[in-house]
Amino acid sequence: MLTALTLCLGLLVLLAAAAVALGRSPRAGAIVHGGCLVASLGFAAVALAALLGAPAEPLTLPFGPPWAAARIGLDGLSAWFLLLLGLTGGAASLFALGHPPGPARTLPPFPLFLAGMALTLAATDAFLLLFGFELMSLASWALVAADHEKAENRAAARLYLGFAVLAAACLIPAFGLLAGHAGALDFAAMRAAPPEGWQAAAVLALGLAGAGAKAGLVPLHVWLPLAHPAAPSHVSALMSGAMTKVALYVLARLLLDLCGAAQPSWWGVPLLVVGAVSAVLGALRANLEDDAKTLLACSTIENVGLIVLGLGLALAFRGADLGPLATLAAGAALLHALNHGVFKTGLFLVAGAVLHSAGSRRLDRLGGLIHAMPVTAGAALVGACAAASLPPLSGFAGEWLLLQSVLAGWRVSDIAFQVLAAAAAALAAMAAALAAAAMLRMFGLVFLGRPRTPRGAGAHEVSAIERAALLLPAGLTVLFGLFPGLLLSLAAPALTVLTGRPAELPPGLWLTAGEGASGYAPLAVFLLLAAVLVAVFFLVRRRSPAATQRGPVWNCGFIDPPSHLLPFGDPLTQPTAGGIAQPLRRMLGESLLAAHEAVDMPRPGETRAATHRAGFRDPAFALLLAPAAALRERLSIQAERLRDFTIRRCLSLSFATLVGLLALLAWIEAR
Amino acid sequence: MTFGQLPYDVAHLLGGGMLLISFVLLYQRRVGAVINALALQGVLLACAAAWQGHVQSAPQLYLTALIALGAKAVLIPLALRTLLRRLDLHRTVETALGVGPSLVAGVALVALAILVVLPITAGNRAIAREDLALALSVVLLGMLMMITRRNAILQVVGLMTLENGLILAAVGVAGMPLVVELSTAALVMVLLVVGGVFVFQIRERFDTVDIGFLERHRGESG
Repeated sequence: MLTALTLCLGLLVLLAAAAVALGRSPRAGAIVHGGCLVASLGFAAVALAALLGAPAEPLTLPFGPPWAAARIGLDGLSAWFLLLLGLTGGAASLFALGHPPGPARTLPPFPLFLAGMALTLAATDAFLLLFGFELMSLASWALVAADHEKAENRAAARLYLGFAVLAAACLIPAFGLLAGHAGALDFAAMRAAPPEGWQAAAVLALGLAGAGAKAGLVPLHVWLPLAHPAAPSHVSALMSGAMTKVALYVLARLLLDLCGAAQPSWWGVPLLVVGAVSAVLGALRANLEDDAKTLLACSTIENVGLIVLGLGLALAFRGADLGPLATLAAGAALLHALNHGVFKTGLFLVAGAVLHSAGSRRLDRLGGLIHAMPVTAGAALVGACAAASLPPLSGFAGEWLLLQSVLAGWRVSDIAFQVLAAAAAALAAMAAALAAAAMLRMFGLVFLGRPRTPRGAGAHEVSAIERAALLLPAGLTVLFGLFPGLLLSLAAPALTVLTGRPAELPPGLWLTAGEGASGYAPLAVFLLLAAVLVAVFFLVRRRSPAATQRGPVWNCGFIDPPSHLLPFGDPLTQPTAGGIAQPLRRMLGESLLAAHEAVDMPRPGETRAATHRAGFRDPAFALLLAPAAALRERLSIQAERLRDFTIRRCLSLSFATLVGLLALLAWIEAR
Repeated sequence: MTFGQLPYDVAHLLGGGMLLISFVLLYQRRVGAVINALALQGVLLACAAAWQGHVQSAPQLYLTALIALGAKAVLIPLALRTLLRRLDLHRTVETALGVGPSLVAGVALVALAILVVLPITAGNRAIAREDLALALSVVLLGMLMMITRRNAILQVVGLMTLENGLILAAVGVAGMPLVVELSTAALVMVLLVVGGVFVFQIRERFDTVDIGFLERHRGESG
C-alpha cells in the first residue's frame, strides 16, 4: 500500500522533470495534468485503504538525508488528510486537463506542489515533514508568481513568500525543540518524550504561528486574499482546498499528537480564540469583497478558523479528561476539514470556469450566467449551499457537530473557559450566518439577474471535462452531506490519534452529539425537504388554472433603456456588489475593518458628477505589516553600514564571531 | 601517551615553540624582525612535521616537513625581505591595537583554545589533544595579528601564521592524507602571490602600503 504511495510520489516528481523537458509542446499540459490526476486518485485510494484496513508498517525508502534513510508511513490522521488531498487534487487536475493550457511555466511546479503536500502527510519524522512542507510552499509560490506580468501578482507572490518563510522560521524551531527534548527526529521518539514547562509553551506558540501563517489564521491571513486570485484557478482551488488543510494537519500533528495527551486544558484557549476571530473576520470580509476569488479566499479564512476552533476545543476537553467530548470536537474539526476542502475546491473551479467563460472575476461584471452555464451554476449552487451550511449538504454536518461541541463547553469546570466557550459559540454562529450571506450574495450576483456586461452576456458552458471536474466535488458534497455518520466512522483512526484514546462512535447513518440527546439525520431531512418540494410543485401545477407564462422582467420602475445601446437592460437597475455589501459594511465593517465611505457632492452649478466612495482596510495591514515593513527598513539601514566597513573591521567582525562561537562551545562543554 | 614519554614531549615542545613564536610576532616593532620570527616558526613547523613522521612512521610527513622548510622557512621570508628592501617600505610596525593589549588578548585566546579543545577531545589520543589546542591557539593568534596590524605585509604574515597553525593541526592527526598538506602549501603560495600583487598595486598607485590610506579611495564612503 505504501509502495503505491511511493510510486505516486515518484510519478509526480518524474512529471515535474518531464514538464521541463516537454517545454512548450502542445501535449505537455495533457500529459502532466493527466499524470497528476492518476497520482491524486492513487492517493485517495491508498488513503481509503489505510482508513478502512489496519495501519501499514512504515516503509523505509532506499534514499534520504545522510543521517538516516527516509521513512514514510500513514496513520489515521495522515490518511484522512491524504484522502482530502487525493479528492481535491483529482478534481483540480481534471479541471486543468479540460481547461485551455496556461503558460508553460505553470506545468513543472504543479506536480511538485502535489508531491510536497503528499510528502508532508506521509512523513514519519520531522525532517521529511518540513522538507515536504517547504517543497509545497516553494512550488505554490512559483504558481502564484506564474502570471508575473501584473504588478499586483508580483506583490502577492512576494508577500506569500514572506509568510512562507515566516512559517518555516516558526515550524523548524518548534520541531527542533521537540527533537532536542526527545533526542531523535522521528515522531515515535517525540511522542515518547512530551515537552514540559517553557518548552511546551514555546512549541505551542511557534506551532500556532507557523502552521497558522500557512493556513491563513488571523492575524497572519493577509497573504491569502491576495495570493489565491493571483494563481491559476485549479491551483487556487488546490491551495484553498488542500494546502491550508495540510497546514492544519501539521498543527494537529504537532500540538495534539506529538506533544502528548497530557497537556493542560488551557492549551486549547489560544486555538479557540484565534479560530473564533478568524471565522468572524473571514466571513465578514467575504461579504465585502467584490472579486469572486478573493471572496472565496476570505471564506476559506472563515472555515479554517472554524476547524481550528474545533481543534482547540478538542485540546481543552482532552486536558479536562472529557474524552467523549474531545472525540466530538475533533470529529467536528476533521469532518469540516474534509467537507470544506471538497466544496471549496468546487467553488474555486466554478470561479475559474466563470473567469474563462465570462471573462471576469469581478461580481459587478457578471450576472445571469445560470442561463448560459447551467451545469456550472448547479455545481456552484451546491457548493454555495454547503458553504452557507444549509442542510442536508456537507457543510452543515461539520458545523452542526462543531456548534454542539462548543455548546458543551460548560462541562469544563473552569469558569473562565466556560465564558470563553460561550463567546466562541456566539462568534461561530455569527460566522456561519455571515458566510451564508456572503454565499447568497455571490451566487445571486454571478448567476442570477441579467448580464451586466456584453462580455458576460457572451458566456458559454465550459467543456465536458471541465463540467465533470465541477460535478465531482458537487456530487461528493451531496454524498458527504447525506452520510456524515459513515464518514465520521471512517475517521475513527484519525480521532484515536488526536484524542489519544479509542474513539467510541455511535453507529449509524446520522450524527449524534453528547449522550445522544441531540441528533442530526440528514437523510430524513433530505427526504422531508424533497417531499415538501414535490408537494409544492404538484400543488402549484395542479391548482394553477393556466399554463406557465414568461413575462418581461420588472424594471423596478426605471424606464426601459434604448435597446440598441443597452440590450441587457440598464445596469443601474440591478443591485451591485457594493450595494449588497453596504448594510454589513456599515453595521460591522466600520468597527472591525475600518470601513469608510465618503460622498463627494458637486456644488450647485458644477457640471461634474457626484461620487460615492466606500472601502475598507484589513486591520492586519496596519497592525502587522506596517510595523514589519518599518522594522525591515531599519534593519536594512543598519546592514547598509556594514558596506562601509574597512578591511580590518570586516576581519575583526568575523574574528569576533569565531571567538564568540568558541566561547559558547567552551561554556556548553563546561556545563 | 602522556607527559614523560619522548614522542609526546618533543611534539609538545615543538608546538609550544610555535605558540611562543606567535607571541614573539605580536610584540615585534620592526618588520624585519617579524619576518625573521616567521622564518623561525616555519623551521619549527618543519621539525614538528618531521617528528610526527618519525613517530607515526608516516614517510609522507617528511615531504610535508620539506615543503614547510623550503617554502615557509626560506622562500617566503626571503621574498618578503626582498619586497621590503626593493620597495623601501616603512620598517616600523604600525599597530591598531597597542603591543601590551595585543599580548593580553593573545593570552586570553590561548586560554579559550585550551578550554574549547581539551574537554571536547577528552578520551582521544593524548598527542592529538595537546597538539590541537596549540594549533588552535596559533590560528587564533594569526587572526589576531591580521586585525591588529595596519601594514599589509604584516597582514600577510598573520595569514601565514594562521596556515602554520592549520598544518600543525593536520600533521598531529594520524592518517591525514598528504593531499591536504600539498594543497595547503600551494594555497599559501597563491595567497602570497596575491598579497604581493596587492602590495605592488598599492605601492604603484598610492606610494604607501598602509591600508588605512586605501579606505579613502573606495568610493562609497566619500
